[in-house]
Amino acid sequence: MAYPKNYRYTKEHEWISVEGPLATIGITDYAQHELGDVVFVELPKPGTKIETGKSFGTVESVKAVSEIYAPASGEVIESNGELQNTPEKINTDPHGSGWLVKVRPTNAAELNGLMDASAYEAYIAAKSTEASA
Amino acid sequence: MESAATPHKSELRKTPLNALHRRLGAKMVNFGGWDMPVEYPSSGGLIAEHKAVRSGVGVFDVSHMGDIRIRSGAKPGGALAAVQHISMNDASKLAIGQAHYSAMLYPEGTFVDDVIVHRLGEDDFLLVINAGTREKDVNWVRENAKSFDCVVEDLSDAYTQLAIQGPRAIDVMKKLTDANLDAIKNYWFTHGTVCGLKNTLIARTGYTGEDGFEIYVPSDVATSERVWNQVMEAGREFGIVPCGLGCRNTLRLESKMALYGHEISDKINVWEAGLDRYCKMEKGDSIGRTALEHAKAVGLKRTLVGIEMIDRGIARDEYCCCNEAGEAIGVVTSGSPSPTLGKNIALAYVPPAFSAVGTVLYVEIRGQKCKAQVVPTPFYKRQKKTAVQQVS
Repeated sequence: MAYPKNYRYTKEHEWISVEGPLATIGITDYAQHELGDVVFVELPKPGTKIETGKSFGTVESVKAVSEIYAPASGEVIESNGELQNTPEKINTDPHGSGWLVKVRPTNAAELNGLMDASAYEAYIAAKSTEASA
Repeated sequence: MESAATPHKSELRKTPLNALHRRLGAKMVNFGGWDMPVEYPSSGGLIAEHKAVRSGVGVFDVSHMGDIRIRSGAKPGGALAAVQHISMNDASKLAIGQAHYSAMLYPEGTFVDDVIVHRLGEDDFLLVINAGTREKDVNWVRENAKSFDCVVEDLSDAYTQLAIQGPRAIDVMKKLTDANLDAIKNYWFTHGTVCGLKNTLIARTGYTGEDGFEIYVPSDVATSERVWNQVMEAGREFGIVPCGLGCRNTLRLESKMALYGHEISDKINVWEAGLDRYCKMEKGDSIGRTALEHAKAVGLKRTLVGIEMIDRGIARDEYCCCNEAGEAIGVVTSGSPSPTLGKNIALAYVPPAFSAVGTVLYVEIRGQKCKAQVVPTPFYKRQKKTAVQQVS
């Protein structure tokens, strides 16, 4: 799966995509593959403040609980309600309909420190090499 | 997302099929110091593997498990006496060709490990033990069998053990052996030629709650891979998939089978674990018997129950159980979503006062009290006859 060029990425495998005053956050294809089939998602309510680097929710597979860390600070405007009944969207469309939250970022400049698509692709390629070494 | 910690591959033990699992693209995990497949993305992953075992057939590499043979010394009778001393079930009741579930206990009546005891001969037994406790168990058996006239052999590295499990497992096995499998009842075994290998142990045992067989073949890589591939080929028409430790856990949990370190451990006794029917106190003295008699007289402080989540949330291993007031009353030993039931289930130790079916209790999940209730176990029980058998 291709990593959208206009998204930004974290070392913890979250992505963030800016659309005007709002930004959408999700987890990457690499993350969903590591997790396995997602069965349960816990997301914050609208109005919740999320803080860079702090956990704001969880994505769970049968085997594992994975915390989601905020790539940037902001206020939650909407959480993806579809994921309650169809959490598998995170597996089938992690960069699209599997989005987790839409936020109003506090400071757009924070995103400049994040990896772009090619940096992220290099980062995960290095991880795969480590794993099979 | 947290990045999964990558275990240092070189430090982990490997089964003879390790390279094969990696070639299949299996996701690998450190299980008790072993580099094992947890799921195979190419099979569709954990949930698909679990469902394949319940409805068709799956194959597991369980070579990490251990094997201890106890047989006669200078004169016959010493092996049975040794087994009777260290194993809580009554091995004298086993026919040759029969196996049973048992456990080795500490003098405190708590668990060294659980074990399947196979009676190979009049005075000849094979104990199949857990991977994570291999060395501990072998040392325990050697130490406690010393005063008996018997020979103890650690055969753990001699075998590649495959578990072929599911309602179609017997159909797969029939293509690989001409041993009379219909004559082998549940928890019985035979020796026969499997994939051309003479005198192979074929046991109708498993850890999934489905019908199935476990076979023990020579552990050289070439033979191990050849047998695995033949099993996969024979199973193709039945939709066989390779299965990892992930679904092995969800399958055994649904069937309420204990996992060492969770439902049973050196801190838990036989009565608490609800394994009374495998502990034959009337057979005579056995390690742990005195402590168990005393424990029975004192009464249970905690008991193992099955619970099902009512509120949204997945109870997981080691999560706290609490009452309505939020006070801790117990702990989850194993918890997971149940692919067969579509519910979130768990086993937990709670006080007897909380053990009645229907009792409402709470599981603390990341600081929140989530409602659950005690349900009957096993959570899943297989139907005795498959549709195929019923039609014919």
